[in-house]
Amino acid sequence: MSVEGGSAPLSVQDLTIGLRRPGGRSVAIVEDVSFDVDPGQRLGIVGESGSGKSLTLRAVAGLLPRGVEVLSGRVEFGGRDLLTMPAKDRRALMGPEIAMIFQEPMTALNPVMRVGDQIAEGPRRHLGLSAKEARELAVSMMARTGIPDPARRAKAYPHELSGGLRQRIMIAMAVSCGPRLLLCDEPTTALDVTVQLQVLKLLEKLCDDTGASLVFVTHDLAVVNQTCSELAVMYAGHIVEAGGVKDTFRQPRHPYTRALLESAPDFDHPERELIPIPGFAPNVADRPSGCPFAPRCGYVRDHCTEAVPPLEEVIPGRLAACFESDRLVEVLA
Amino acid sequence: MTTAVVRASRAMRRPARSRALRPWYRNGILVAGIVIVGLLVLVAVFAPLLSPYDPITQDLNHTLEAPGAHHWLGTDKYGRDVLTRLLYGARIDLRVGFLAVLIPFVVGSVLGALAGYFGGWFDAIVMRIVDVFFAFPFYVLVIVLVFVLGAGESSIYLAIAAVSWVSYAKIMRGELLVAKKQDWVVAARLGGMSHARVLMRHIGPNVLSQALIYAMSDIVMDIMAIVTLGYLGLGIAPPTPEWGSMILDGQEFITTQWAQATIPGLAVVLTSLGLSFLGDGLSDLLTPERRR
Repeated sequence: MSVEGGSAPLSVQDLTIGLRRPGGRSVAIVEDVSFDVDPGQRLGIVGESGSGKSLTLRAVAGLLPRGVEVLSGRVEFGGRDLLTMPAKDRRALMGPEIAMIFQEPMTALNPVMRVGDQIAEGPRRHLGLSAKEARELAVSMMARTGIPDPARRAKAYPHELSGGLRQRIMIAMAVSCGPRLLLCDEPTTALDVTVQLQVLKLLEKLCDDTGASLVFVTHDLAVVNQTCSELAVMYAGHIVEAGGVKDTFRQPRHPYTRALLESAPDFDHPERELIPIPGFAPNVADRPSGCPFAPRCGYVRDHCTEAVPPLEEVIPGRLAACFESDRLVEVLA
Repeated sequence: MTTAVVRASRAMRRPARSRALRPWYRNGILVAGIVIVGLLVLVAVFAPLLSPYDPITQDLNHTLEAPGAHHWLGTDKYGRDVLTRLLYGARIDLRVGFLAVLIPFVVGSVLGALAGYFGGWFDAIVMRIVDVFFAFPFYVLVIVLVFVLGAGESSIYLAIAAVSWVSYAKIMRGELLVAKKQDWVVAARLGGMSHARVLMRHIGPNVLSQALIYAMSDIVMDIMAIVTLGYLGLGIAPPTPEWGSMILDGQEFITTQWAQATIPGLAVVLTSLGLSFLGDGLSDLLTPERRR
């Protein structure tokens, strides 16, 4: 992840998403979120429920729920702002350039369409392939996602396949048009852990093969560690820390990241005690003044509640929004 | 020992095979529906070949005969062969039933689907019109419309179409309200598919079965409507053979010649049974999850 814009496939700048209330007053749920995703980069956005991570991804995909809208900011894809371009142009990008993989493989496939036809539909529409070519492409995509006997499985209906196979179908569908950007909203939470690992490996391999960038939203730190190269941690609608996954996990520079890591089990160090984060995430309509994490923070000082700490580079390649970042130099085991 | 193992492994393989979809001809209900409706249609088409009698010519020397070798189901009060009139009656009843369903099925389904999918002002307008039509009982409205338009076949089509499209609109709107929220619809839209394509290719096949099943029972209802209209002198004019008017003609002899009214009634029952089977079978066929 880089701070500057440019040729990045995806560049999100000062994105603020919220509810516009009648009377002009609006409530921001996600505030001033900025990040770039370079070609081939894999960004993981983590945070607890309600941190705004899914909303951020949905804003990029143009899938915000009714009543929620982008209040300000830009979402640039290949230099063009997705938020202001005509709906028709945007739809033309969805599929061949940007694709999304859903959380629920059980419900995201059309129950009355053969899965091969569902995969073939995108290439047929967007790449102008004939029905036969698209069908062949679908089968080869299924083979690439590791589905055994793809020619036969292409004729199956979704209910005839297991969850893992359906998620592979979804992935095959998403990558069938060769998109430059893959958006994943917790694509493996509905799968059991062994299948989860296979699917993550597959995603990683496909991105490596095609050079596609990946934005991966999850609450699971282990999944990010497995799949992503870059990390952004969100808390109460803000990015509080961003940097390389390995470095950040080794030495978090924001107390929230650190608390998250300490509250998650680490199988390399099973003897380590899990430390829960006290308190609850703040209500978006009623954020504390100053740092939103201050009420739950173990490093809090008086000035933390007076002003919102800006997201700044604390060490090369690492951004953190914390006044006390310098005190967090301890390397985690 | 070896054979036992082989047998066991064969038995274990069987569930995997039953996962495969059952072909349509293994669906008993569907086949029964196709056979019954198919026979009725054949009978209607080949009525002149199946019967040596004319359905209209009167034979006043042989009125009200009991079933026998010459007239298998007897004759009516004008000496016409009941079986012949039954066969010819299938022509008009099936034709009116199917044709009367066609327009409301198409118009109602399309309007309801668009209303449910897009919502907004279009939905509001369509559904208010539906409410107006729903406020009147089906028969009252059909009878009034046929009365205004004048008795006859084309009036029956128009009246039924004007009244019964609302049911299809309601069914399809409800289906669309659910379907459009499904992940696979969102996924298709997100895959860059147009509204038209999402509606026709993705949502359509998922929801059309409901309207289709309703259409099958609607045909029966329309046949009933024709019968009722005939009873009121607004339907198909005599002496054209028609099941409803046959029941009407037969009812005065119900104590002596019970078959006169009962046989055409059974024909209506058989038709509705066949169409219900067809509807159920089709709904299984169109829903892959249920085809196992």
